[in-house]
Parts: sequence; C-alpha cells; structure tokens
Amino acid sequence: MDKVQDIALRYKDLPGGLIEALHAVQEEYAYIPEDALKQLAIAFKIPQSRAYGVAKFYSYFSVKPRGRFIIRICKSAPCHVQGAAEVVQTLEKELGIRLGETTKDNQFTLEPTECVGACEQTPVITINGKPYGDLNPAKVKEILAGYKQQQ
Amino acid sequence: MVEEFRICLKNYGLIDPEKIEDYLNRGGYQSLKKALTIPQSELVAEVKDSGLRGRGGAGFNTGVKWGFSLNTPADQKYIICNADEGEPGTYKDRIIMQSDPQLVLEGMAIAGYAVGASKGYIYCRGEYPYVVERLKKAIAQAEMAGLLGTNLLGTDFSFTVEVRMGAGAYVCGEETALIESLEGKRGEPRFKPPFPGVAGLWGRPTVVNNVETLANLPWIIEHGAEAFKKIGASKYPGTKIFTLTGDVAKKGFCEVPTSATIRDIIYGFGEGVANGKSFKAVQIGGTSGAFLPEAQLDTVVDLDSMTAAGGSLGSGATFVLDETRDLVEIAATIAEFFEHESCSKCTPCREGTFRSHEILKKIAAGEAGVKELEDLESLMDLMMKASFCGLGMAAPTPTLSLLKHFRSEFEDRLRRDEN
Repeated sequence: MDKVQDIALRYKDLPGGLIEALHAVQEEYAYIPEDALKQLAIAFKIPQSRAYGVAKFYSYFSVKPRGRFIIRICKSAPCHVQGAAEVVQTLEKELGIRLGETTKDNQFTLEPTECVGACEQTPVITINGKPYGDLNPAKVKEILAGYKQQQ
Repeated sequence: MVEEFRICLKNYGLIDPEKIEDYLNRGGYQSLKKALTIPQSELVAEVKDSGLRGRGGAGFNTGVKWGFSLNTPADQKYIICNADEGEPGTYKDRIIMQSDPQLVLEGMAIAGYAVGASKGYIYCRGEYPYVVERLKKAIAQAEMAGLLGTNLLGTDFSFTVEVRMGAGAYVCGEETALIESLEGKRGEPRFKPPFPGVAGLWGRPTVVNNVETLANLPWIIEHGAEAFKKIGASKYPGTKIFTLTGDVAKKGFCEVPTSATIRDIIYGFGEGVANGKSFKAVQIGGTSGAFLPEAQLDTVVDLDSMTAAGGSLGSGATFVLDETRDLVEIAATIAEFFEHESCSKCTPCREGTFRSHEILKKIAAGEAGVKELEDLESLMDLMMKASFCGLGMAAPTPTLSLLKHFRSEFEDRLRRDEN
C-alpha cells in the first residue's frame, strides 16, 4: 500500500500525528484497512494493538469497508424530535439497506451519528462530511438522486 | 425585551471571513498589539478582573486558569482552543469560527503571550471539516501578514497555531481527554491533579480554553475589564451565545448579556413555541443539561442563577419541548447518547450509562415496575458520585431533572401490577 506509506512518512514525525494519519488513510480508502493499520503502527513505533485501539475508539473511523458515499444520520435529541426517524426510513427504503449497512454496489453506507452541530436545520444528515438540513422524505429523495447521478 | 449584544459575533455577517483585510479593517489585531505592550502578569490580572469565565460549560475564571500556567516554569507551554463542541443542539463555536476565524486566532495569540506559550492548537471536531479548511486558510493569511509566526509586531513573542481534527468522540470535549487525543491516543480522560495548567500536553503547562472564551479576549483587551464587568450578571459578566432547537417557532442563535432570562431567549428570540402549542419543558446547556418547567422560565441565564434553579448553563444550547412531547421517550433517547459516548474507562459510567438506557427503554415500553425506577435513581446517584470524569457525572442530570419536575409521566408508564 504505497499510498499508506506516503501518509506514514508525512505524519510519523508530527507529534501526536497518528489521528491525522488515520484521517488521511480514511480519506483515501473510506475506511482503515488492516494492512494500513499495521504499516502505521510500524511507522509510529507503536504496537499494532494500540493503533487498532485508537482507530476503534473514535466513531469517525471505521475498520470495516464502506461505500463511496457515507451518509450519517443524526439521532441526537434535537434531530430526534424533528423527525429523524422518518429520514432514516426514507433512506433505508430508497437504498434498500438498513442502518449500518453498505449497498451492494459499494456506493452508499448508512450510519447513525450523534449531533453534527448543524442544529439550526434539524433534522440533519451528512454525506461525506457535508451537512444537509431541514429534511423531509421528498428532500432526501432529491439529494440521493443527485448523488446517484455521480455514479 | 432584551437586545442582543455582540462581542464574540461582533463581525458576524459584516466581513468576508476568508479575507484577513476585512478583519483588520474592523480593528482586528489591535488588541494583540495592545496586549503585547502590557507585562504578562498585568495582562493575566486584567482578564481575571474582567470576571470572564469559561464558556465551555464549567465556568472557571479564565484569568485564574491562566495564572497556573504563567506561574509554572517550563521550556514549552501550550494554548489549546477547544473547538470540539459535541453537546447536541450546540453550534455556537462553529458560527464563531465560520464567521470570524481571525478573532479566534487573535484570542489565542493574546492568551499565548499572557502565559508565555509559543504554540497553539485548535482541536476542531471531525464533524466540521469545512471549518477546519477555513481555519487553515485563516492561519496562512495571519502568517503572511506577520500576525502569527516569529517575533510578532516587532517583539520577542512568537506564536504559531496548528489545527487538529477530532474524530467523533464527545468525551474529547473534556480537557484532559482532548489532550490525550491531541497526543494521538484514545481520548480517555486523565486523573486530576495535576491539572493541564500545570502539566497538560506532553506534560507541559497548557491552557485549554473554549472557542467562545477566546473570542471574548480581543474585546476585553480593547475596552478593559471594567467595561466588560458592566455587561450582564455581576458574577458571570459578559454575553453568552444561545442556540435554539426543538419546538421553537424560530430556530437560530443569539448572543445576549448574561442578565437575560430563559423567557427572553425562548419568547424573544425563538418567538415562542412552534405551531401555536403550549410550552412543556426546556433543556439548557446541551444534552447533559437539566430540564426546567415553565415555572422557572424567569431564571436569569448566568451560570450561578441557573445552577441555583437546579438547571445548568453549559454550552447554551436551548432545547424546547412542547406539550405533546413524550418525556420518557426523550429521556431514553438521551440515555442512548450517553451509552454510546461513554469512553468505557471507568465502571460507574460504562455500566451506568448502559443500564440507565436499558431501564429507561423498559419504562418507555411500559415493561418496568416501581423497583426498576428506584434502581434507576439509585444507579444515577452512584454515577454522579463515582464516575471518573464529568461525562458520567452529568449523564444522569437530564433524567433526574425530568423525574423532579415531571415524575408522574414516568410513574404512569410503570407496570400496573406494581403500581
């Protein structure tokens, strides 16, 4: 994994740089592959178990393969009372997967998340980090259509 | 009706946040220039006298906090800007950083000079990648303009800032967990003492200040401690940003003097309860805050008045619920949040948040009896007393406040055979 090697070189001497390196790996692969973790552990001179422990601690990092577009749905109280469940139902129906799953074509992953700090427009989802708010089923379908066209 | 008073949001909507020239044209960095002419100990005393208290929720006097670092000799000291706002319903730090990133950098430089720190970190939550980009641009522009870097404004003082991105862990808002994360580790809180002011990042004296706290500093240096003290409540002077969510007619934010009341915020800025319904409860301070009933809407929002009323100020998130809301179900949703966000380091929090959620789900489903409600209260008492950090101590607050003010809603859901 040459790209991981480049990332390791870029961050290994940065104090506390492991988390920055994990962000960079995930940016590249949409998740943290096991081999990447092994390479980072060597570069940062830490046991593999510790690198794994760090990756597993943070909900932003996934050690399981995910789709190209990661849809995160806020389920914190302010979004919850404004209809987050309806948004989840629409997404599950439109994509044919349940929360926590990835579509067969590896395009979309649905994940629950806690507050994303865009609460002036509840309920909110993020797609690859970009927030979409004031959602209802019709708006969700429209947004999804835009991403499906990018395939 | 209370009017807004903008200190942290003084440039909101008035400047292009990606142009440092706009910030400079509005008097930007004049406070840093002024601060650099004041001896460090006098500067710390000025901030202490202003009465500015941490806006992240704990409300500790900022100048006193700085004093610990100033008075601890070290080869290196650090300023950390805590931009890991994770309290559900809170986005105040985001709007400050988005609308006026240079203000935060200037505040950090002032803090750095005051305590003798040459390096600053902004720990920004992973949910804000677009804010991280904006901050990085702002840092590059400040470096180009000679306002960050070495020998600032012809003095011996040097200060650089680096942005680090969090990765979705609520507990990292706790300052020692944040420091662990900055060091590239799992974000588990440290035992205190030593406090970060004495031994923080890589064991060096470290000031951790919230974004909103730092954003107050340029104003305080420009206008002086006396002027700041005259704004808002005497024991918690200045302003506070509130973000309105839930069943309010108008969602949004406002920055008001701390002498405002909860009613001013909900009915003045939020325009009351949405869809013509009646008010039931409000939770202030984020998901770890206490719920308050209508009878307490005239409470002044400064930290001490809120605490005295059995509430909290916290982050200033204001979550309004109308008469139709199922409070038991909301308590269960909040309990699920804490179960997910507990870092699992200590048993009272790890097991306590798990069992609290379990029992609340059962109550909501009508499957729990009197005994389980008693168990829940006893468990929560233990969590508040024995948890390692603030997360586990605060997790019971929303449920206990609902039990205090709306107990019958929980009791009505218990199994009939035991009622």
